[in-house]
Amino acid sequence: MTTKYSYFPGCSLKGIGRAYEESLLPVFRALDVELEELEDWNCCGATAYMAVDEVKACVLASRNLAMAEKLGHKELLAPCSACYLVLNKTKHYLEDSPSVRGVIQKALAEVDMTYSGNTPVRHPLDVMINNVGLDAIKKRVVRPLTGLKVAPYYGCQIVRPYATFDDQHDPQTMDRLMEAIGCTVVHYPLKTRCCGASLTGTLPEPGLLCSKILLEEALKRGADVIATVCPLCQFNLDGYHHNIKKRWGDFRIPTVYFTQLMGLAFGLGERELGLHRGFIPMKPLPALAPAAVGT
Amino acid sequence: MKLTRTIKYEADRVKGFGDEVRSVPGCEQLQSCIQCGTCSGVCPLSIYMDYSPRHVMALVRSDFKNEVLKSHTIWLCASCYHCTVECPRQIRITDIMYELKQRAIQEGIYPRHFTIPVLAKEFYKMVYRYGRVTENVLAATMFLKTNPMEAVKMWRLGLGLLLRGRFPLVLEKIKRRDELDRMMKVVDKMHIDQLHDDQKKPRHAVAGGHA
Repeated sequence: MTTKYSYFPGCSLKGIGRAYEESLLPVFRALDVELEELEDWNCCGATAYMAVDEVKACVLASRNLAMAEKLGHKELLAPCSACYLVLNKTKHYLEDSPSVRGVIQKALAEVDMTYSGNTPVRHPLDVMINNVGLDAIKKRVVRPLTGLKVAPYYGCQIVRPYATFDDQHDPQTMDRLMEAIGCTVVHYPLKTRCCGASLTGTLPEPGLLCSKILLEEALKRGADVIATVCPLCQFNLDGYHHNIKKRWGDFRIPTVYFTQLMGLAFGLGERELGLHRGFIPMKPLPALAPAAVGT
Repeated sequence: MKLTRTIKYEADRVKGFGDEVRSVPGCEQLQSCIQCGTCSGVCPLSIYMDYSPRHVMALVRSDFKNEVLKSHTIWLCASCYHCTVECPRQIRITDIMYELKQRAIQEGIYPRHFTIPVLAKEFYKMVYRYGRVTENVLAATMFLKTNPMEAVKMWRLGLGLLLRGRFPLVLEKIKRRDELDRMMKVVDKMHIDQLHDDQKKPRHAVAGGHA
């Protein structure tokens, strides 16, 4: 039976993170989950906006939450970590802070909207593990990624500060998911360390160092690829190799979305999954060749 | 050699600053800080900061407004929330950093050569105009306003994104921008009402308004 979720892509998934959306949609479709994109969604109010006006950031988020509630599906899916955090943070403010709640309710009322707080905001990783289930995912695998060594990288904002569906120190959902599609998961203790976020662009020295530490550790642990859940993490770990090499040497390893690896295991094409959009391409591993089907 | 005084005077304090920050939703726990330094220990960026996060907590609490608002620390915070989840006193340090960033922007006293507050303000303006953010255009605007030479150096990255279809040439926009506009006006109005109530600067009104 098809399950339906409201879907909030966020700005990155239409820009630098296009490959996330390109892989997310067919993978969910393959698992009988239908995503309905919110009509006329706006910026979630993420990190940089919050540094200017936090209350307005919550008001931005609340318009999206109100539209999701009106759409009528039980839950809202937010794949980008920053969106996921801001939407959840706004829900927390609505519950905990009467003053913020007052502002949000007034702003929504101005445009004849309401939000009762009933639509949970979920991350795709959460839905995969806790709703779709590993058994259903395993059944869908036609090309197990046997032998592919993956460093599961969760980043910060899906496990912190709220940690609703996974442990905030040693999350496991992506580890289990990657194992279910045949990958070998390498021990990656930096799985929730910061990637440098927007500092890579604004203050390269500290920003790029954060990314370099993550790449170096993944290579040291013998990973072939880093799997990520966030468009900004993917961009930082994939797009700045040239700059990192100039400062500290070569730490070349591809970084892809976990949904791209799932898509490969489901037998979808590389282009269809947006794999051609990465700066560091994934090596065609022998295990990924069609000959390996059924292993 | 230029000498600077490293010990602060009582007279450097701006009385009431700590209380003001503490009155903001999310910042209430500040008073219970035990100065253990866990936040500084787990912070991936503290190695580059002028004041460690622990030090910032102490400075805010003791009313050293100018020191914290001018610090690099608040802008180096990448919002990874590691300090917040590790704090043994449940202080929401990341949220306090956000509050300090907002105040530094309102008062226009962030370090001049810093690109981060410029990025934040341009981000805000772009959302006001279009309802969404087109990242490459935002980055270009930020570099033009701060360091155009840096933009030139980014050509390789920009070209790479363009070739991979990750560099949109059209701005993302929402259809009902007027809706957002009306919502934000309500927020501004409430800030002004609060100003009349409190007879002090609104906490969240933004310097420059809707530029």
